[in-house]
Amino acid sequence: MISGAAAVDRVFREEFGRAVALIARVLGDVALAEDAVQDAYVAALRTWPERGVPDNPRAWIVAVARNRAIDRLRREQALELRTRELARRAEEDMSVFDEHLDDDSIPDERLRLVFTCCHPALAVEAQVALTLRLVAGLTVPEIARALLAAEAAVAQRLVRAKHKLRVAGIPFGVPADDQLVERLDAVLAVVYLVFNEGYVATSGDDLRRDDVAAEGIRLGRLMVTLMPDEPEVAGLLGLMLLHHARRDARTDADGDVVLLASQDRSLWHRDEIEDGLALAERALRTAGSPGRYALQAAIAAQHCRAASEEETDWRAIAALYLVLAQVAPSPMVELSRAVAVSMERGPAAGLALTDRLVDDGALGHTHLLAAARADMLGRLGRTTEAAAAYREAIDRAENGAEQRLLERKLTALTSH
Amino acid sequence: MILIYTDPAARSAAMPEEQGEALMREYIAYGDSLREAGVYIDAAPLEGVDTATTVRVRDGQRLISDGPYAETREVLGGYYVIDCDSLDAALDHAARCPGARFGSVEVRPVMAMPART
Repeated sequence: MISGAAAVDRVFREEFGRAVALIARVLGDVALAEDAVQDAYVAALRTWPERGVPDNPRAWIVAVARNRAIDRLRREQALELRTRELARRAEEDMSVFDEHLDDDSIPDERLRLVFTCCHPALAVEAQVALTLRLVAGLTVPEIARALLAAEAAVAQRLVRAKHKLRVAGIPFGVPADDQLVERLDAVLAVVYLVFNEGYVATSGDDLRRDDVAAEGIRLGRLMVTLMPDEPEVAGLLGLMLLHHARRDARTDADGDVVLLASQDRSLWHRDEIEDGLALAERALRTAGSPGRYALQAAIAAQHCRAASEEETDWRAIAALYLVLAQVAPSPMVELSRAVAVSMERGPAAGLALTDRLVDDGALGHTHLLAAARADMLGRLGRTTEAAAAYREAIDRAENGAEQRLLERKLTALTSH
Repeated sequence: MILIYTDPAARSAAMPEEQGEALMREYIAYGDSLREAGVYIDAAPLEGVDTATTVRVRDGQRLISDGPYAETREVLGGYYVIDCDSLDAALDHAARCPGARFGSVEVRPVMAMPART
């Protein structure tokens, strides 16, 4: 039996979102629900280490948070008529949990919470912070570390977001069918953003931060639990798992980047790849016309199935990128397609596809376009141009591990 | 229509609570004076721009974003609709608006629309 503050933290991280969602469902007030569950956390810190974790911690948290919510409302009653009605509802609607304190009697309202946190009326940074706090149950310092932001800034962002939730009247609920696809896109974008923050850290010296990526995957798993029939939800989780499964092979002992071509594929986590492949197939099979995550998962699946770089089916990958470019056109997709084409049909064909990207300048601020062109120019034997492109890429790269990789390639190129 | 633009940062940071309450009383008195003059039609204060949401529809797609479309220092904080015979009369009323002292007050005629049958 685990005990102590660590046990409290572990249980609350798992149960936080469900408890907040349930209480917010009854009270229609997410900020109040969060405060009440936080009160329950403080109460647990006081009592659990002494008396042990309750047999049914989920029910305990909900019951305590419910009572604290009612206390808080009573204190506000003098101020507002509205709170009197809410306090009455909290007592009546939630009294069921006093009698049936088993797991099944507690409905899972987290889907409403997810859609509320990812409402497009909130700035994306606010959506991410709210989702990590309320759905994933991360603390403010944990969120600050995950987003590489100052704690005070994250706290301020959360306060503002909750203020807007309340004052602007952002509903606590799942959107109607005609808005669902669009709103689900926003939710999935937030989940993928969290994952990517760990998969390729945008700044700092380490390429990857596995704990942050794991939070993205945890949110992805939750979404699959809550919306098992949505192909894009399965596609996103599949995509994340297929990327994450390669983590130990992506950097060497010094934390330097190891590209897919030279990765030790025996380091890939096979069990996660199997899960990812199954999800990718499910996403492609159920979709009428596949969405962006299903397609990206299918591309990642091609890489994971291949025993080596040479055995990779580049023709299939190039074709999938072509479909993806129609579903979700972006300069990044065009660049990826150019790289796949360069592997299928040779560097000249790939380079030609990147010319248009150079002209329209959309990727000019990143190192990715210059790095890809440098590689293709090098393969074509145009060494001087390749070296210039590598230098441009090094200038633009912000991640230390990626800079070191580009420098190694530049050295290899000029030493021939 | 009288549109009141103020700088929310300057107001909340620089203004102690009792001063805020005094301002509120001033606004109530201002509204009363418009009613007594027989020009008052409608008025409302607005919540802060941090609660604003912008909607645009492009190619039939709803685009929703946080905050006002353009960032400006002074933002719309509330409005009065009054019925006056001339701009000069409207400007006299507008000049007495408490917001005119620390922000700016814009006076715009309401467009005359043909009566619907």
